[in-house]
Amino acid sequence: MINVTVKLFAQYRENRFKVEQRVYKKGIHASEIIEELGVAKALPIGVLMVNSRHESESYILQEGDIIALFPKVGGG
Amino acid sequence: MSDLIYRVNMSNLSFSIEEVPAGWMGLGGRGLTSTIVASEVDPECHPLGPNNKMVFAPGLLSGTSASNSGRNSLGAKSPLTGGIKESNVGGTSAGIFSKLGVKALIIEGIPQDTSSFYQLHITKDNVEFIKVPELVGKNNYFVLDAMLAKYDKKVAVMSIGRPGEMCMLTSNISVKDPKGKLRSHGRGGLGAVMGSKKIKCITVDAADYKEVTIADPEKFKAASKIFTKALQENPISGEGLPAFGTNVLVNIINEAGGLPTRNFRSGTFEFAENICGETMAENIKARGGDTTHGCHAGCVIQCSQTYNDKDGKYLTSGFEYEMIWAFGANLGIKDLDLIAKIDALMDDLGLDAIETGVTLGLAVDAGILEYGDGERAYKLIAEDIANGTPLGRIIGSGAGNLGKLYGLVRVPVVKNQSIPAYEPRAIKGQGVTYVTTPMGADHTAGYAVATNILNSGGYVDPLKKEGQVELSRNLQIASAAVDSTGMCIFVAFPALDDPACLPALIDMINARFGIAITADDVMNLGKNILKTEHAFNLKAGLGNASDRIPEFMKYEKLPPHNVVWDFTNEEIDEFWNF
Ligand code: SF4
Repeated sequence: MINVTVKLFAQYRENRFKVEQRVYKKGIHASEIIEELGVAKALPIGVLMVNSRHESESYILQEGDIIALFPKVGGG
Repeated sequence: MSDLIYRVNMSNLSFSIEEVPAGWMGLGGRGLTSTIVASEVDPECHPLGPNNKMVFAPGLLSGTSASNSGRNSLGAKSPLTGGIKESNVGGTSAGIFSKLGVKALIIEGIPQDTSSFYQLHITKDNVEFIKVPELVGKNNYFVLDAMLAKYDKKVAVMSIGRPGEMCMLTSNISVKDPKGKLRSHGRGGLGAVMGSKKIKCITVDAADYKEVTIADPEKFKAASKIFTKALQENPISGEGLPAFGTNVLVNIINEAGGLPTRNFRSGTFEFAENICGETMAENIKARGGDTTHGCHAGCVIQCSQTYNDKDGKYLTSGFEYEMIWAFGANLGIKDLDLIAKIDALMDDLGLDAIETGVTLGLAVDAGILEYGDGERAYKLIAEDIANGTPLGRIIGSGAGNLGKLYGLVRVPVVKNQSIPAYEPRAIKGQGVTYVTTPMGADHTAGYAVATNILNSGGYVDPLKKEGQVELSRNLQIASAAVDSTGMCIFVAFPALDDPACLPALIDMINARFGIAITADDVMNLGKNILKTEHAFNLKAGLGNASDRIPEFMKYEKLPPHNVVWDFTNEEIDEFWNF
């Protein structure tokens, strides 16, 4: 098992959480976490970062990773 | 009825109304202001002297029913950068100019007798020069109330506060919005240019305007429908911006390690959660207020909002990311309500949020205040800047000048203009925009954050150099063209990702004027604008050596990614090869 910090932003926070320490099986992909949380149902993933770097949904999580999920956001 | 050029000469308080020269015919907004400034203003002139001019021009589509088309451009030589400047704003001025048939308002000269301030009142076929001693020493809301008492309540009002009267380089020009609050031509110290011309406010009569004429109304309607749909269906312009405003950026820029913190010492702010868009939206919900309204009629994105205090009393509106970043992360203030209070104060005084916030962040290094001391920051603005004390004058002259006076090295400016809310070392494409845009460090000139961080228009790795110059160039060309249409820059998000959006925009321009321009024409327009502006700057003395990042960013590693600015001069200068 591995410990992962999951951070959610913008609309993804509604009825969920801002940040949580979670335990996952080794070798889990980012896409499985997205699936488990159901965040992408209404609004698709806009940006996925792991340890402050952009990654794809096929990323395999490692012990201690911080994964951040955002719907499409913008401003300026 | 064809549009006309209104020309005002402050030297002898006269005006003329002129036909539009053929070469200016197809231009509007930034394309027109930069063309006029480049052809009529001596690049070597003193920006606060008699030979600088102010040029207002609504966008090509302003005054029509097209969504988000109500932006007004203002051009001049900037007293802050010493180069050409275009600054555009929402509010009601663009629409009213267009409906009155004013294609551009050019203001030149300085009154012989500089003891009085004037109001210019623009009506159909006339410009009135009114002495306004009762407004001198007053700020924007006082002026606004006085004008609303005098005219039809739809009158467009552009004004300066006390810092503008004193020709401070942090001063801006405020414009009334549809809710009776203020927007601003924010950057480049344009309030000082208006102050130098002894103009306290400009009003544009809304009582007897006509709707703008559309050459092909059917085609316009059809294109406008597609365009509006593109804005509404895009996840950013249709959902994110209305729900959270631009301040939704705090968390994502912070997470990416690109949020300039404590005068650009780190890319993350430990109190980001206190000031982020999600917290702001929660507060608005709990306290009454509204998360969504537009800064001009016809905005369907509506990124603006009203923000109340804990007791539900109005604090501020149009509370934007740039402001919240400048006083939050960059000055270390973690209390969002206090930042809102400062925002309202700065609106009233007419101060640029970015220039003032960055200067105060630097003032910490000068020993003037401590990080996080919002009360002291408030006082410095309300008492020192507003009254023009010597310290207020120093802060009011911007970061570049404060840095020189206090012997500081870590001064975050390009062409003497403060760097906005995205760290150039960690978001390198945005850094390329800061150094190359003719405007001085300006984020809207080519918003590479979209592609470096937000996955809009593809993805270019923010920490690598590869592809950034090209990305910034393409965005700057497109932005220069969009800034000519009167469109709010946020139409860029659907434009980057939805293939239906840009063609619909071009169709609207064609239907409005009965012309047939293509996407290539639009890109060429963007290129020409940039080249015209660049040529002005070269003559003004802003050559390649001014297209540079502050040196400390080349040797000081920025946490958390521990990155430096690593472009060579040759790589940057390649930008102008097009
Ligand atoms: S999206 Fe925001 S900035 Fe653009 S026009 Fe609407 S309210 Fe103004």
